[in-house]
Amino acid sequence: MSLFASLSPLHLDPLHLGLLFSSALFCLGLVTALARSNTILVLLGVELMLNAANINFIAFASRSQGAAASTGVLFAIFSIAVAAAEAAVGLALIIAIHRHRRSVRLQDANALKG
Amino acid sequence: MPDLSLLSFLAIALVTLGASAAAITRRNIIHSALLLVAGWAGIAAYYLWAGAEFVAFAQILVYVGAVSMIVLFAVLLTRLGPGDTAPAPDAFQRAAAALVAGGACFVALAGAILTSPLDLPAAARPPAVAAAPAINVREIGLALMEPAHAAALLVIGILLTVALIGAIVIASIDRREADHSGEAAS
Repeated sequence: MSLFASLSPLHLDPLHLGLLFSSALFCLGLVTALARSNTILVLLGVELMLNAANINFIAFASRSQGAAASTGVLFAIFSIAVAAAEAAVGLALIIAIHRHRRSVRLQDANALKG
Repeated sequence: MPDLSLLSFLAIALVTLGASAAAITRRNIIHSALLLVAGWAGIAAYYLWAGAEFVAFAQILVYVGAVSMIVLFAVLLTRLGPGDTAPAPDAFQRAAAALVAGGACFVALAGAILTSPLDLPAAARPPAVAAAPAINVREIGLALMEPAHAAALLVIGILLTVALIGAIVIASIDRREADHSGEAAS
């Protein structure tokens, strides 16, 4: 089998597909967090990266049985709960910073910059 | 002949990645936030495809329902100033550097994934993923009440309580400070 034939989606199993999907999403979240200067969008990029990690848990859990499957699903649920807490605190911080500096640009929040 | 399962996965991945990629390029932040919400809904569809129904509905409740609402509230509360909509002078340079970093990261990850054999015990199973859920809600509830996970469940509950109270404290207006500065605290 040539390299290109083995790389087509028809010959990849669902685990490979899920992992590739999650790495693409992770990199999109990374680009969002690095390229945008609006703090809210940077936080959403980090959330996207967390979601990509959750996809990995589900991709591995969906091909295992019994206790291993339940561990993966439970880890994803805990991860979603922690991500929700992180989003709430992060957006509260953004609102507080906006109240003090009248801006949501990352470059303007430089009071602690050396 | 591609089967239906593969086609539905490709559709889900295309919609999710397309919405997330379009969110990077939008200049209007509300458009970006709504496109990212569409991406989260696509991720929930992937969970359904992979047979994790409970996680899919938790994703819809938490992300598409709750997190999207507080993101939209944050966007509306942080009203943009006149200079905020203009692109920064080094915006293009930053975007190029971010694209290079993200592309390199994806190449490294995809290379590692495609070259690893992933010889798991169930590797010989046919790719009928959505045939049956790997675990149902009753099993999830029983597993959460096991001694191994009950402590983690309690810690998550305390974490959520503390984090949400802390978020309110951080975002609330300090009344004395507002009075001193003569700012209306409405």
